[in-house]
Amino acid sequence: MPFQAIVRAAGSLAAAAVVIAAMGSGAAQAKSELLVYTAIEADELSMFKREFEKDYPDVEIKWVRDSTGIITSKLLAEKDNPKADIVWGLAATSLMLLADYNYFQPYAPKGVEMLDAKFRDPADPPTWVGQRAWIASVCYNTVEAAKHNLPLPTTWADLTKPVYKGHVVMPNPNSSGTGFLDVSSWLQLHGEAGGWKFMDALHQNIAWYTHSGSKPCKQAAAGEIPIGVSFAYRGAKLKNQGAPVEVIAPSEGVGWDVEAFAIVRNAKNLDGARKLADWSVSRKANEIYNMEYAVVAMPGVAKAVKNFPPGIEGKMIRNDFAWAAKNRLRILDEWRNRYDAKSEPKK
Amino acid sequence: MSTPMPSDRESATAAAGSPYLQIRDLTKRFGDFTALKDISLDVYEGEFVVFVGPSGCGKTTLLRAVAGLDIQSAGRIEQAGRDVSALPPAERDFGIVFQSYALFPNLTVRDNVGYGLRSRKTSKAQLTARVDELLHLVGLPDQGGKYPAQLSGGQQQRVALARAIATSPGLLLLDEPLSALDAKVRVHLRHEVKALQHQLGITTIMVTHDQEEALTMADRIVVMNAGIIEQVGTPGDIYSKPASPFVADFIGTMNFLTGTVAGQRSVRVAELELAAESANGLRAGQEVTVCVRPEDVVVGDIGPETPNAFEATIEDMEFLGSFWRARLVPRSADGQPFLADMSANLARRLDAGPGSALRVALPPDRIRVF
Amino acid sequence: MANHAVAVAAPVRPKVGREDWTMRGLILVIAAYLVVAIVLPLYAILSKSFENADGQFIGLANYAEYFATPALAYSIENSLTVTLISTVITVTLAFVYAYSLTRSCMPFKGLFKGLALIPILMPSLLPAIALVYMFGNQGFINELLFGESIYGPIGIVMGECFYVFPHALMILLIALSTSDARLYEAAQSLGAGRIRTFFTVTLPGVRYGLVSAFFVTFTLVITDFGVPKVIGGQYNVLATDVYKEVVGRQDFEMGAVVGMVLLIPAVLAFFADRIVTRKQVALLSARAVPYEPRPSGPFDTAMLGYCAVIGFILVFVLGVAAYASFVTFWPYNLELSLNNYQFDLMDGGGWASYGNSVEMAAWTAVVGTAVIFGGAYLVEKSKGFRAGRAAMQFLCMIPMAVPGLVLGLAYVFFFNAPGNPLGGLYHTMAILVICTVTHFYTVSHLTAVTALKQMDPEFEAVSASLKVPFYKTFWRVTVPVCTPAILDISMYLFVNAMTTVSAVVFLYSPDTALASVAVLNMDDAGDIAPAAAMGMMIVYTSAAVRVLHAVLTRGIARRSQAWRRR
Repeated sequence: MPFQAIVRAAGSLAAAAVVIAAMGSGAAQAKSELLVYTAIEADELSMFKREFEKDYPDVEIKWVRDSTGIITSKLLAEKDNPKADIVWGLAATSLMLLADYNYFQPYAPKGVEMLDAKFRDPADPPTWVGQRAWIASVCYNTVEAAKHNLPLPTTWADLTKPVYKGHVVMPNPNSSGTGFLDVSSWLQLHGEAGGWKFMDALHQNIAWYTHSGSKPCKQAAAGEIPIGVSFAYRGAKLKNQGAPVEVIAPSEGVGWDVEAFAIVRNAKNLDGARKLADWSVSRKANEIYNMEYAVVAMPGVAKAVKNFPPGIEGKMIRNDFAWAAKNRLRILDEWRNRYDAKSEPKK
Repeated sequence: MSTPMPSDRESATAAAGSPYLQIRDLTKRFGDFTALKDISLDVYEGEFVVFVGPSGCGKTTLLRAVAGLDIQSAGRIEQAGRDVSALPPAERDFGIVFQSYALFPNLTVRDNVGYGLRSRKTSKAQLTARVDELLHLVGLPDQGGKYPAQLSGGQQQRVALARAIATSPGLLLLDEPLSALDAKVRVHLRHEVKALQHQLGITTIMVTHDQEEALTMADRIVVMNAGIIEQVGTPGDIYSKPASPFVADFIGTMNFLTGTVAGQRSVRVAELELAAESANGLRAGQEVTVCVRPEDVVVGDIGPETPNAFEATIEDMEFLGSFWRARLVPRSADGQPFLADMSANLARRLDAGPGSALRVALPPDRIRVF
Repeated sequence: MANHAVAVAAPVRPKVGREDWTMRGLILVIAAYLVVAIVLPLYAILSKSFENADGQFIGLANYAEYFATPALAYSIENSLTVTLISTVITVTLAFVYAYSLTRSCMPFKGLFKGLALIPILMPSLLPAIALVYMFGNQGFINELLFGESIYGPIGIVMGECFYVFPHALMILLIALSTSDARLYEAAQSLGAGRIRTFFTVTLPGVRYGLVSAFFVTFTLVITDFGVPKVIGGQYNVLATDVYKEVVGRQDFEMGAVVGMVLLIPAVLAFFADRIVTRKQVALLSARAVPYEPRPSGPFDTAMLGYCAVIGFILVFVLGVAAYASFVTFWPYNLELSLNNYQFDLMDGGGWASYGNSVEMAAWTAVVGTAVIFGGAYLVEKSKGFRAGRAAMQFLCMIPMAVPGLVLGLAYVFFFNAPGNPLGGLYHTMAILVICTVTHFYTVSHLTAVTALKQMDPEFEAVSASLKVPFYKTFWRVTVPVCTPAILDISMYLFVNAMTTVSAVVFLYSPDTALASVAVLNMDDAGDIAPAAAMGMMIVYTSAAVRVLHAVLTRGIARRSQAWRRR
C-alpha cells in the first residue's frame, strides 16, 4: 500500500531523529559516577571536570548545572528525596538554607585546616566548605556613559545621584544570588534602616531589575544600559573579551558570597563525593579557582586576576552569612513590597 | 383504528417449516421515544422480505436490531434456531449493504470484496477464485483493480452487495440499498438484486421507503408505521387488500370517501348507495371510510346492469404519460370528488375533457370499507 | 397474534463482545493516562495552594497573603491590561488580513497565508528578543518609540500581537470562508453598498468566529510567558510571577496560588469559547453556497497593500532575529560570524539541549499522535459504554483550559511528591514528552475527531458483519484514510514541542535541557545573541518539519488521488 509506505517512512524518519538525538547522550561508563549539582558558570565546568578526573580517574563527574536560584529551588524541590551526591560551587547562603532541612552530612576534607576560617562552616567537622569568593562589582560602559555624560561612579552613594536616573540596572534579589548579596551587604553596611533608605534612593535610578546576576554586566557590555550592578568575575571576563566596560568596586565595601560545597546526607557515591571534597580544598584546586576569581579560600595562593578591580579583597565587607541566611525570606519580602511593583500602570 | 395483529402465516405458505428468523415482542426505546412497539415477525428461509414505511416508522431501527447494531430494549430475536437477541454484530451471521455502501475508499474493488475472506483461513488461490466468482456474479468481472470512487453509483452498489455475500452469510440485510441511485439505474438494479437473491436463495431483508420498490422486489412486504407493523403480506395482498387506511394510502393511490354503512353489503356516500362486499359484518349507520383505487374505477362501456354506476363530471385531467388521471365529481348534490384512471386510448375514444360528463362504476369487489 | 400481544418482554442486556471489551479496555487505558497526566497533577497543585511549606493545610492563608502583597496583586491588573490590549489589536489586524485573503481578489494569497504562519515556528521568546534589537536602548529603530521604553507594556503588547497573530488568523479565516454567498446576493439585490453589506451580512456572519478568536487569543496571551519574560522589564504579569515565585524565591506554595489565579481566566475563556464554537456549528447550513469575491481594482489594491505591510512586519521580525544571531557583538562589532552558535560555551545546556529538543519533539509527535488518534478513534467508534466515553471526552478537553505554566508546575508537585510510584519519571525525557503531549492534547484530539467524523459511520458495522476485528479495519482503512489528519497532528505536536517553554521550564533536568528553555536561560544570563541563535535553530527545525510535512502531504495526495474524492 503506498500510503502505508509513507506512514512507515514518516515513522522511520521520526525514529531516525530520535536515534540521532540520542547519540549525543549515549556512551556507557564503567567508572563510578558522581552526581554534582552546581551553579558555577558553564564556561568553567569542563576544566574542573578534566582536572579532577585527572587526579581521581576512578570517579566521573556528572554535572547538574543551573543558575543559583534555579539550582537552589531544584534542591529544595528534592529535599525529601535528594538525588545529588554533592552540591558544589553554590552560594553559601543557599547551602545554609538547605542545611535547615538536614540536607547535608558534615565532612572535614583533608587539608581543610589550611583554609581561611571565614571560608568555612565554623562547626567541626564543617557542613560546608568554601571555595572562592564571588564579589559584587559595578560594570560601567565607557562608550554609552560618554554619550549620556555619565561620570564614573566610585561609590554606591554615587549611583543614587539624579544624573544616573534610568541608567542603572541590578539583579532582582528574589531570583539572583548576586542581587541578594548586594542587598544583604547594603543592609549590613548601613544597618537596616540606612540600607533600605539607600535602596529607596537607588530604586529611583534603576531602569529595570534583571532575573540573573550576570545579565546587568552583560547588558552594560552590550550598551543596552550604561551601568550594571553585577559581580567582578563577569565584569572582568567581559572586559577581557574586549567589551568597553570598566569594573568598579565601590569604596564603601562590596558584598560577597562564597561558592562552597557540601555532601548530601544520602549521597549514593559517598566515596566519590569525599574525593571531590578533598580535591576541592587542595592547592591545585585553589590555583584553578584563581584563574578567574581573585579571592580564593586558601590564603597565599591568589595572584591578581586581569581586570579585576584593584584592591577588591580589602573592600569585602565583614559578611555575616548566618544572619543573611536566617533573614533571607524577610529581606526578600520587604524588597519585593518596596520595589517589585515598580511599573504598575499608574503615572 | 385498531387492527388485530395480522397473521403472517397465511401469506407465507410458499415457505414451509419453521421460520429462519423469529422476532418476538421487540421494543426499542431511545430515551422517552419508543421507536418500535412490541414487534413480532417471522421470516422464512430463502424469503425476500421488504420493510416499507414512511421515514421515522422504525423500519431501519428494526433492521439494525436484527443486525445487532442497535440492540432492542426488550424482546427476542432467533436466527436459525439460535437466540441472538443480545449478541453483538460480530457474533451474528449476516451480510449488510448500507445506503452509503460504506465501501472502503482506499481499497480496490477486489480488496473490498475479499475483505471478509482475508481474515478467515482461506488460501490465496481460493481467495482469488472466490473474489473472481463474486465479481462475475455481480457483473463486474473487469473492475477488480479500480477504486470505489472510480465506479458509478450502480457499480458501487454491486460491489457492496458482492462484499456482503462474500462470506456466504445466512441472512442478507439491505438498508435502502437503491435510494442513492438515479431513477433508471434503480429500476434496472431492482431486477438484478432480486434475480441474484433468487439465484443464491439467501434469506434477505430489505428496508425501503419506496413502495414501488417494495412491490416489485418483495416476496412479502412488511408495512410499518409509527413503530408498529400495519400489515404483512404478499405485494398482491397488500395492494388489493390493504388492512388499514394507512396501508391503503401508503401503497399506491387511493380515493377516500366518507360514508355510512347502509345495509348488509352496501354503503352510502352522499346520495349514492353503493354495493360493497367488504362492508359485510359492519353495523348499519356506522360512519366509515370508503376506499377505491383510481385504476379500479370503470369508465365507459357501462351497461344498465352494471352495479354502482352513476353520472359524474370531469373537473380536470392530469396526463401521466401512459394514462390519464381524471378528477371527477358525481352529479348528485354534495358529491365528493374522486380520481379515476383511463388509458389514453379510452380517453380519446370518449372524447373526455374538463366539463364532459361520463358514466362511471365502482365494482363492488374493489371497494374497501374501513 | 393474540398470544404474543399479551406477553411483556423482558429487557435485553446486550452482550458485550470481546471486541467491545477490548475497546473499553483501551478507552480506560487512555482515560487513565489522562487522569494521571492532567487530573491528578491539577489536584496536586490545587491542594498545594492550600498548604504551607511543611505541607500542612492552612486553608486560604496563601491566597490571603497573595492579595495582601501589592507586588503580586498588581500583576492581575497588569496581565488583564496587556492581554486585553493585545487581544483587541491582534483580532482587529487578523480580521482585516483574513478579510483580504477571503473577500478580495488580490494576488499572492498563498504567499500571504504562508507568511502569516511564521510566528508559529518560533518560541515566543524569539520575537521579544528581536524587539530588543529593534527597539531596545541600542535598537536600530528605537527612535520610532519616541523615547518610550520597549521594556514594559509596549514591548509585551508588540511581542504578543506578533506571537498570537496566526492563531487568531486561522480561526477568522475559517469563519470568513464559510459565509453564505446567497446572503451577499440578497444584500446586493436589495441595493446595499459594500459598507452596509459588511455591517449587515459579513460581521453578523462571523460574529462567533470573532468571539472565538477573541477568547483563544486572550487565553494564549494571558498564559504566555516568553514575551513578558524577555521584554516585560519591571512590568509584572501573572505568568512571570509564577516563574519568579518558583524559580526565584523557591516559594512553591505561592507559585501554586499564582498558578490557580492564572487558571481562572484561562478556564473562563475556554468555556466561553466552547459555547460559542458550538453555536457556530449550528449556524452553518448544509445548503450554503461558498462566496466568490469579484475583482475590484481599488479595493483589491488596498487589501494587497495592507497584507504587504503585515507580511513585511512578520518577515522583518524573523529577519532581525536571524540577523541578530549572526552579529558577533551587537552593537560594537557588526561582523557576521557563527560565534553565537557555539552553545557549549554558554549557559542553557549547549548543543545537547538542541538534540534533546529534537528528540523530545520526535517522541511527542510519534507517541502523542498514536495516543491521541487512537483515543479519538475509540471515543468516536466504540459502542455503548456511554459513561466511559463521555468521561473520556471531558478528559480530552481539559488540557486546553490549563496554561502550560500551571501544567508544568502541577507536574512538579505531582510527580515529585514523595511516595508517588511514578516519581521515577521525574527528571526524565519521558515526563517532558508526557507533559507536552498532554499540553497540546485537545487541539490534536479535535483534529482527529473531525477527520474521523468524515468517515462513513458504517465501516465498523460492515467489518463486524464480515467478522473482521476492529483493529484490522483501523489499520487497513481508518489510518490510511486519515493519513493527512495524522500527519497534521504529528506536525502540530512536533512544532509545538520544539517551541514550547512554559510547561517544560519547571520539568527539564540538566540531562534533558531543551532548546527553548536554553533560549530563556541564555536571555536570562544576558547572552541575548546566543539566545537568538538558539531560537533560530528552533525556527530552522520547525520550518524543515513543515516543509517535510508539505512534501509528504502532497505525495500522499498524489498517490491516493485515485481513491480520494475531491
